[in-house]
Amino acid sequence: MTGTVAARLSAQPFFAVLTEAERGALAEDGTAVTFAAGERPFDEGGVADMFWLIEQGGVALDMRVPGRGDQIVETLGPGTVLGWSWLHPPYRWHFGAVARLATEAIAFDAASVRRRCDADPAFGYAMLRAFTPVITERLQATRLRLLDLYAAPSQVRRVSIGPVNV
Amino acid sequence: MHPSEDPAGQSSDQAVIVDADGLPALFEALRSRGYTVVGPTVRGGAIVVAELASVAELPFGWGVDTEAGRYRLRKRSDTAAFGHSAGPQSWKSVLHPARARLWSADRVTGTVEAGEAAEPPRYALLGVRPCDVRAIGILDQVLTGGRHADPVYRGRRDGAFVIAVECTEPGATCFCTSMGCGPGAESGFDLAMTELTDAGGHRFVARAGTAAGAEVLADVPSRAADEATIRYAVTAVDEAAERMGRTMPVQGLPQLLADSRDSPHWDDVASRCLTCGNCTMVCPTCFCTTTEDVTDLTGDHAERWRLWDSCFALDFSYLHGGSVRTSGQSRYRQWITHKLGTWHDQFGSSGCVGCGRCIAWCPTGIDITQEVSALASLQDVAATDEDKP
Amino acid sequence: MTGQRTAAPALTESTSGTAAVPRFYRVASRREDTADTVTLELTEPACPFEPVPAFAPGQFAMLTAFGIGEVPISVSGLGDNGGGRARRLEHTLRAVGAVTRALHAAQPGSLIGVRGPFGTSWDVASAAGRDIVIVAGGIGLAPLRPVVLTALADRSRYGRIVLLAGARTPGDLLYAGELERWRRDGVEVAVTVDRADTGWSGQVGLVTALIEPAGLAPDNSVAFVCGPDVMMRFTADALAARGIPVSRIRVSLERNMRCGVGWCGHCQLGPLLVCRDGPVVGYDRAAALMRVREL
Repeated sequence: MTGTVAARLSAQPFFAVLTEAERGALAEDGTAVTFAAGERPFDEGGVADMFWLIEQGGVALDMRVPGRGDQIVETLGPGTVLGWSWLHPPYRWHFGAVARLATEAIAFDAASVRRRCDADPAFGYAMLRAFTPVITERLQATRLRLLDLYAAPSQVRRVSIGPVNV
Repeated sequence: MHPSEDPAGQSSDQAVIVDADGLPALFEALRSRGYTVVGPTVRGGAIVVAELASVAELPFGWGVDTEAGRYRLRKRSDTAAFGHSAGPQSWKSVLHPARARLWSADRVTGTVEAGEAAEPPRYALLGVRPCDVRAIGILDQVLTGGRHADPVYRGRRDGAFVIAVECTEPGATCFCTSMGCGPGAESGFDLAMTELTDAGGHRFVARAGTAAGAEVLADVPSRAADEATIRYAVTAVDEAAERMGRTMPVQGLPQLLADSRDSPHWDDVASRCLTCGNCTMVCPTCFCTTTEDVTDLTGDHAERWRLWDSCFALDFSYLHGGSVRTSGQSRYRQWITHKLGTWHDQFGSSGCVGCGRCIAWCPTGIDITQEVSALASLQDVAATDEDKP
Repeated sequence: MTGQRTAAPALTESTSGTAAVPRFYRVASRREDTADTVTLELTEPACPFEPVPAFAPGQFAMLTAFGIGEVPISVSGLGDNGGGRARRLEHTLRAVGAVTRALHAAQPGSLIGVRGPFGTSWDVASAAGRDIVIVAGGIGLAPLRPVVLTALADRSRYGRIVLLAGARTPGDLLYAGELERWRRDGVEVAVTVDRADTGWSGQVGLVTALIEPAGLAPDNSVAFVCGPDVMMRFTADALAARGIPVSRIRVSLERNMRCGVGWCGHCQLGPLLVCRDGPVVGYDRAAALMRVREL
């Protein structure tokens, strides 16, 4: 990808709710990065000091489950933001991430962005307005996946026989 | 729709008077033409619909007391044979039977046979109230008016001879006038009769509705009906329209029900409704069925049977391991909304004929006319609330 | 199905009984798609008995497992409609109950009763000149496969053909082998699973997440959606939110059916008889009905 960070931010609808000036300010904390397929942007438990806006390619969120290995929880594609754990303490990754495909993204210095939000509440509010719809949409989708709608009737747990005292 | 015909317009050579003792001749006229006569008879404390071997089996002198959740026979002071309002059965017992075979197949011989196990008889339906005449018309639309005609219904309906008997004494649960299909019969019959039991004697003012009806009537001893008697009969029917036990507010009913899907009223009904399905069994237009495939022990001979079903049955809406409508609220809502509302969308008319059977035969006395009034009041309240600042 | 004789049944019914009486077709082939799903190919009954009329994409047959019962199953292929008759039928079905388990186990040569065609069709032709957007959830891909095949058979008539498919797990994905071929033939295929296993390198997430990256042109799209009720609702809402008019979003409804021809009353969804007014219904009509609890 070519072009300044600010220009590339404007090309993505994710930060459309920010004003041009706010996008310009945000761009100051952004750097263009690439990941090769298989490269890991971060691991579970690591310090959440960055977040990324994916422009091309795809990243999978995963979790190492003892006895099951690395389980992919969700995949993210172009136009989505990777990483929310930077938004609030303890600023630690709750999942790991691995590039599924060769990926181009803009990486943001989370600590710097947080300082900007503290200093300029309007900017901070605009950032939350950009993030919260995606978070709620992702939560809604996750809840629907939990319903296991594609399951065969025999796979769906129904009325239990009685209280279980364990 | 006003049930009576203009007395002046009915010429005396159309209507005739048949004395009560002329009924055996009517029976004979029907029998000789190959009909099996089906009509009302007293059995088990009620007036049911059954094959009649003779005129004597008609419920002469029997009337009924009906109210919500109540049905009792009572002795009349006269000998009227049709002086009773709708009993627990309707003509669907005959035209749309509770059990019917659809086909049978044999894997060894390689044959598939369509149709009922035995050819059904040609039925003469004697004593069809105008509400039930309309009900038959409604079933005609549902079962034969679509793209595919139900062969069982068609097989029985096509040969049927309908003798309507107009009402002069509505029951307490009746509201055919509200539904526009009684107490007089306008069409849909081969013969129509009005029973009179006054000082002039036990007699019937009869008229033919079809050529087949006229042909049968010609074999029954009768005399020309005089103007006064005709007018007397017509007036008796007209006055019955004023004495209905109940009324149904039909104005905007389909819309009311569509708007009431989330009404709190369904919880109220559900607290009273046992989902027993009695209403669907006694209703003359409820037509829902299910199928059952059966085999013999070898597994080589299979049959498909069709049985009455009810939308109140828990597995009626079974899908993917569970039912869509499990609560009592949803099942009652389905029944009443279909009967009075979505029936219009599906079949072009109301499904209710105002016979009042569902009111009488509901063990908890749920009254379909009252439930509609309750829904209407709630809508009014909601509308008024919306207007408040 | 063990114990099946090979004698072809003769049909002696009168024409008026046709809608109620099955024609017994023969299983020509059986292919296992997933652990609980098979695709059966049925060939026309032996002469002199006419096959049932041809099926259009979206329509369904009432299939009879001899002596056990009958279920509604949509066609999952174009079959062979020579002379306006269904000479060959394709059905993908999942073993979920007594009848479907019997149908699922039916071996080549065995007899399966067919009544139909019933219901409304996807009406793919009405999308001529527009982009076809197909969103499938789980086994919902089966009734939608004929839409893909119809569009591919007349490729120049349509704009883009976009297929977004969601499955429970990679092992539950239907027609996996065909998807590659469709990609080569010009279908834009995106697939996702609710839950991945370790071998899966594709997308993981709800099928609605595939909509935005597809870059649809809402003004020029016609959407065909099939899957569980809840999935269809959320998908249709997501498509509508992107600007596709609800009248151009079609869903395939499903309800309990005992007759398939409007006599038994079981398949009602409010004013609709799903066997007659559906299963394919415009979302403009279906949306409000699908939102009512226990309708």
